Amino acid sequence: MQTFSVRDITRYIRGLFDADSQLSALWVRGELSNLTKARSGHWYFTIKDAEAQLRCVMFRNAARTVRLDLRAGDEILVHGRVSVYEARGEYQLYADTIEAVGGAGDLHRQFEALKAKLEAEGLFDPARKRAIPAFPRRLGIVSSPTAAAWHDITNVLRRRFPLVEVVLSPTLVQGVEAPPQIARALERLNRRDDIDAIILARGGGSLEDLWCFNDERVARAVASSRIPVISGVGHEIDFTIVDFAADLRAPTPSAAAELATPNRDDLLLDLDRLRAGLTGSFGAALTDRIRALDRLRSTLVFVSPRRRIALAQRDLAAGGLRLGRATSLKLERLRERLANRSKALETASPQHILGRGYALVRNERGQLIREAAQVSENERLNVQLSKDRIMVRVEE
Amino acid sequence: MDEIEKLSYEAAYEELEALVAQMENSELPLETSVALYERGQKLAAHCQALLEEAELKIKLVDEASADGGAPD
Repeated sequence: MQTFSVRDITRYIRGLFDADSQLSALWVRGELSNLTKARSGHWYFTIKDAEAQLRCVMFRNAARTVRLDLRAGDEILVHGRVSVYEARGEYQLYADTIEAVGGAGDLHRQFEALKAKLEAEGLFDPARKRAIPAFPRRLGIVSSPTAAAWHDITNVLRRRFPLVEVVLSPTLVQGVEAPPQIARALERLNRRDDIDAIILARGGGSLEDLWCFNDERVARAVASSRIPVISGVGHEIDFTIVDFAADLRAPTPSAAAELATPNRDDLLLDLDRLRAGLTGSFGAALTDRIRALDRLRSTLVFVSPRRRIALAQRDLAAGGLRLGRATSLKLERLRERLANRSKALETASPQHILGRGYALVRNERGQLIREAAQVSENERLNVQLSKDRIMVRVEE
Repeated sequence: MDEIEKLSYEAAYEELEALVAQMENSELPLETSVALYERGQKLAAHCQALLEEAELKIKLVDEASADGGAPD
């Protein structure tokens, strides 16, 4: 079985509260009780009705802006977010605005009334929303050059898409002077024909700080802008009438700049991908052609005169070889016959016959003796044998 | 075809995309392939240069300049 520490389970529960969009910004109506204004400047109180109660805390900066003379039992509207205070394990409403119900400054009622009116006129109709260009060349910014929002926006644009040209149409973004100024700043940009989109931006602040973005004149100026408008007002949790009237709502000024532009890093990746496609297609086209060329070349070599000559030469060489072989064979035979003849000749020579035991007989005058009548008694005769000779005397 | 140096990022990028698609999907004469490849490389280099060398330009259009009728 899993065991949690108190801290871990409390943190987990707090996460559930903080992830809930309903709890992140809401108005709660109830009766004020147990108001304590601490020395630190923070206010602690409870609001309740007949059925339940809700603990609330209002930190110093927010509490300072409350102009109401609050008493226990007052019916009030509290705006804020509900979260968990971990140290005490309690959920509570972190209040940023308090309104008296039915009072002159009933901001909540004004907000809802204006929203309902403009909605009925069709100003928030999704069909009216225009697309933001993917690669804006010029962005109009309606903001105050001294506001943090302006610096946030230019920082984001420098990082993401410095190709864009920024046209600042300066205005106040807070106070009673702000609404007509914002409307004029939007008009100035709309008089130009080179602006692709407009960002209307202001950083975070109290409900009252942001109130000019709940002004009817500003909402109408945004809705009637010829150029698409991105609103980036306050923090994630702040919703203004302008957000509903704009073509696109961004949770913060920085987010508005991001929604208005492509990201340079993504574009560089896209370029790499396109380059690879280009090189791949071209390489494939070349390879196909080289293969076709190789096939043609081998066909050409096969049918070329050079190859025929080479073939003829080979045949000729083979013929020459046969010829040579035939000639030498004939010579050999001749040589053999010659040898046989000289052997026969030799056999017939006198020397050879003497070798077989015959002898040549000559008289002293050297005449060859063939018959007995040629010699007389006591005549000396010369008898030649194979190797030497002997002298004999005729007896009878 | 336009001179590449003068193209906006969007125009150069769109032409590059179309060019790559054309090379991938059709059998082109070699001469055309070579020409497209060379132009594609130049378009990509131009886009990259625009992305890497661009510096954010900021202009002001206030009451005076707008009402004077000369926004630039």
